[in-house]
Amino acid sequence: MQAFEYIPSATIEEAVTILAKEGDQARILSGGTDLLVQMREGRRRVSTVVDIKHIPEVNQLSYDPRKGLDIGAAVPCYRLYGDPAICAVYPGLIDAAALIGGVQIQGRATLGGNLCNASPAADSIPALIVLRAICVIAGSAGRREVPVEDFCTAPGRTVLQRGELLVSLHLPPPLPNSGAAYLRFTPRNEMDIAVVGAGASVILDDGGKTILSARIALGAVAPRPLFVPAAGQALAGRQPSPEAIEEAARIAQTAATPITDMRGSAAQRTHLSAVLTRRALAKAIERAQTRR
Amino acid sequence: MTTIELEQSVVADTPQTGKQYDVIGTRPIRHDGYDKVTGRALYGADIRLNDMLYGKVLRSPHAHARILSIDTSRALALPGVKAIVTTTDLPSLESVVSRVGEGAVNWRYLSNNILANDKVLYHGHAVAAVAATSMSIAEEAISLIQVEYELLPVVTTVQQAVQPDAPILLEELRTSELGAKGEAMTNIASHDQFLRGDLERGFAEATAIVEREFITSTVHQGYIEPHSATAIWGTDGLITIWTSTQGAHDARRQAAEVLQLPVSRIKVVPMEIGGGFGGKTVIYLEPVAALLSQKSGNRPVQLTMTRWDVLAGTGPTSGSVIKVKMGADKKGRITAAQASLTYAAGAYPGSPVGAAMAVIFNPYNLENVQVDGYDVVTNTPRAAAYRAPGGTNAAFASESVIDELASRLGIDPLQIRHINGAKEGDRRVDGPLVRRIGYLETVEKAQASAHYQSPLPAPSSPGRKVGRGVASGWWGNWPGGTSSVSVVVNNDGAVTLIEGSTDIGGSRVAMAMQLAETLGLQASDIKPLVVDTDSVGYNDVTAGSRTTYATGIAVYKAGLRIIDLMRERAAEFWDVDISTVQFDNGVISARDRRLSFKELARSLGDGNGNIVASVSISPNGDGVALATHIVDVEVDTGTGKVQILRYTAIQDVGTAIHPAYVEGQMQGGAAQGIGWALNEEYVYDQQGHLLNGSMLDYRIPTALDLPMIDAIMVETPNPTHPFGVRGVGEVPIVPPAGAIANAIHNAIGVRMEVLPMSPRRVLEAMWAQK
Repeated sequence: MQAFEYIPSATIEEAVTILAKEGDQARILSGGTDLLVQMREGRRRVSTVVDIKHIPEVNQLSYDPRKGLDIGAAVPCYRLYGDPAICAVYPGLIDAAALIGGVQIQGRATLGGNLCNASPAADSIPALIVLRAICVIAGSAGRREVPVEDFCTAPGRTVLQRGELLVSLHLPPPLPNSGAAYLRFTPRNEMDIAVVGAGASVILDDGGKTILSARIALGAVAPRPLFVPAAGQALAGRQPSPEAIEEAARIAQTAATPITDMRGSAAQRTHLSAVLTRRALAKAIERAQTRR
Repeated sequence: MTTIELEQSVVADTPQTGKQYDVIGTRPIRHDGYDKVTGRALYGADIRLNDMLYGKVLRSPHAHARILSIDTSRALALPGVKAIVTTTDLPSLESVVSRVGEGAVNWRYLSNNILANDKVLYHGHAVAAVAATSMSIAEEAISLIQVEYELLPVVTTVQQAVQPDAPILLEELRTSELGAKGEAMTNIASHDQFLRGDLERGFAEATAIVEREFITSTVHQGYIEPHSATAIWGTDGLITIWTSTQGAHDARRQAAEVLQLPVSRIKVVPMEIGGGFGGKTVIYLEPVAALLSQKSGNRPVQLTMTRWDVLAGTGPTSGSVIKVKMGADKKGRITAAQASLTYAAGAYPGSPVGAAMAVIFNPYNLENVQVDGYDVVTNTPRAAAYRAPGGTNAAFASESVIDELASRLGIDPLQIRHINGAKEGDRRVDGPLVRRIGYLETVEKAQASAHYQSPLPAPSSPGRKVGRGVASGWWGNWPGGTSSVSVVVNNDGAVTLIEGSTDIGGSRVAMAMQLAETLGLQASDIKPLVVDTDSVGYNDVTAGSRTTYATGIAVYKAGLRIIDLMRERAAEFWDVDISTVQFDNGVISARDRRLSFKELARSLGDGNGNIVASVSISPNGDGVALATHIVDVEVDTGTGKVQILRYTAIQDVGTAIHPAYVEGQMQGGAAQGIGWALNEEYVYDQQGHLLNGSMLDYRIPTALDLPMIDAIMVETPNPTHPFGVRGVGEVPIVPPAGAIANAIHNAIGVRMEVLPMSPRRVLEAMWAQK
């Protein structure tokens, strides 16, 4: 690990100024569970580390039934699943937050970092996509908002421009009769990286018999977390039947363009895209029906 | 009550069976327990010395290349860099093979593995090393060493390496073909064979014949503690090395040979060891740290590997290709068995194929049998021992085939093993006669176990299927080598036990218990110490499941000497003839006089000559180990993932000295075997780069992947040990892969022919069957 400048930042403006000045040579530290490992293993050379953990705004976690959920970029996973109100309302998000790394990792790791690291296999991103999360980004010119499905552009790359910082994630309040789920497949039961991940959300009618809308997103099957709008659209207006689920699963599978690497083969990932979509949808529908 | 035969000078041929022990069989707290749970124990990298430098090894980025030049000038110019060593700092060694520990070592190859000579032979092969005032300077320095390579074609598997036109790793290598040297350049280091009976006739008598080919991946021992060595080359020419090793004397011998120094110039201090499983019987860093110390002006130098260094640069065990053909008659008797085993030795000859050739059929009594073994070099790290080396691969193949024979013949899988099980007096495939063993008892205990008697649970959800499998395993423990101990009676009656066998599996408490039993004391009365190579006689490595057996015999015999000395002293003290002095269960008596061991020790005091005894022995006993395992699995047919639901390990353990640690060995071996069976593998790209050199992607099972493993001990005392000890540590890793493969077949009807049986492989096998 080479020497680097460590700058704790007290305000967003300060952090943005440093990022604008240092450009690619600066990286943001919140949980550090990706950054420190990358630096130690020599996979990333960084001259300046900007610690944002001391900025109050990025540590905020607030839920309001009318406004929704705001998750500061430096909020670690354990705070999400440690909050009973959030667990009750966003179980699909908790599915992801509670399986990133292990318990110790979740004490530090943040959803903001998971997003900014932009791994195609990131667990939280498919869950955030199906929950319609919005990224709040600060820059020297002010703030802008980007839907989470548009945030990652390629492995390790995001829409963040020089001098920009992810401040928080906003999730709309869940609608009645809605449910979401995230499932991933890993060979081990913990401490592993998704071979494929699948997030699903559904909104049912009041009787729970018809799907009003649905969203499907996959992880680790494309250069970036993959939102598959067509799979959700195929479910709109249909009963939550095995046939409808199967059709959505097939659409998701067709959208997947996985590669073969040490964690899985392309054929295996294509196959798992359908299996996990099916299972995630079934779980999301079950949650929507029980929440009614 | 324990009565020790005073006149017994050699180890009894008949064990003291059936008698109740006072200490043996109890579960006292281990002597090293407090230090380990409170963090006070010092492991390899915990040593800190004044003026110590930090070292780092430069490793090859290529799997096969000629080294054209190494330029260290820029690295040496970096402030804080104190020394750099390369192969030119090592003496050039003859290609001579010596017996070391359980195996054989070619000194030139060992030296070339420690620092690459003319060629690098695997991704991660050590090329140079730096000592600097800080780790970050050392890391920067190795990035400044310029190595010019000429890339060569790569072979990472035995299938590639045995092709006639395969790239050659070692130009001087010639096949040792059934003992005779070949003439052509080759990657096949040796071909050996066991042959008996008439295969053709045997297969003609068979009702069912099964023939399959199995492929297994390279796997690592996966010890938690990375290798570490700290050395001082003193200005007097004496070298001290602190290291994490399975054998301090062996490490000293290897370092002395590589440095071409007399062994007594080197002192090796064994630190606590965070796992070895065979992988810490070989040296990697020790001579390098010593040379760096010498070149840096005699400052101490510490070299500690990273996890990547460990996975890329230290002994994995062999990937293999194994063909098995077996036939059985309708009663289930195996009429013929044939196997061909090809094992990847890695960069230099020396895979465990020889051991595997014995493992593959040795649980059974076979008349017509042929086993061929091939040792093949590949562009992967030099293979090192791993718990029953070679055994897991071999048993995976043979136990899968026996299972298939049983199912073809409609015979219960445990019953077919019982029908064919080896008994005392049978002739083993590898030659020796079978001595007293409890193999059939392990099968009978398995048949009667609550596990085998209970039905399979229902699948947890649709799309999941459950199955049960069994497998047996044999391992030829190493009941030889040398063990030396010294015993000192302190004036308060406590006894110091000085050993040189490094403790990797609870051996200190097992030694203390054997001495306590001999002397009629409690385990807590004994203070066992593992000391450096200058402070105790020679001890072979803690490997081959030998320590509790062999060092245990040394401890027992030292205890007998102590008893004789105590009787002598009592005779003097009481002024009676020694023949009238009795020693019985810790009490010394003569007619109406009686003193406990402690009372006599106290009354002797310090000023009258201490009571001490030293013993060094080289037993040549026996003590093969056998095990039968039962496993229930659930297979997710959607993902191919195999979950272990229930696991029972049954083993002939001889006499269990400390049953908790015997059970721990059975559970630990099974856990490692499960990891090997399900997910562990080295993943290489086409150029031979190791892709998964981290604990994230080299998938050892976590606690969440394993159920509680039930251990059923069969205690058949070993006749060649005074307390009936049999080595227990290795055989439990032999059956798991076969048992799990059989359970997967039972669940989904697919025969797995490849390890690991990872989700991807299970899915592929399911697709192939469709």
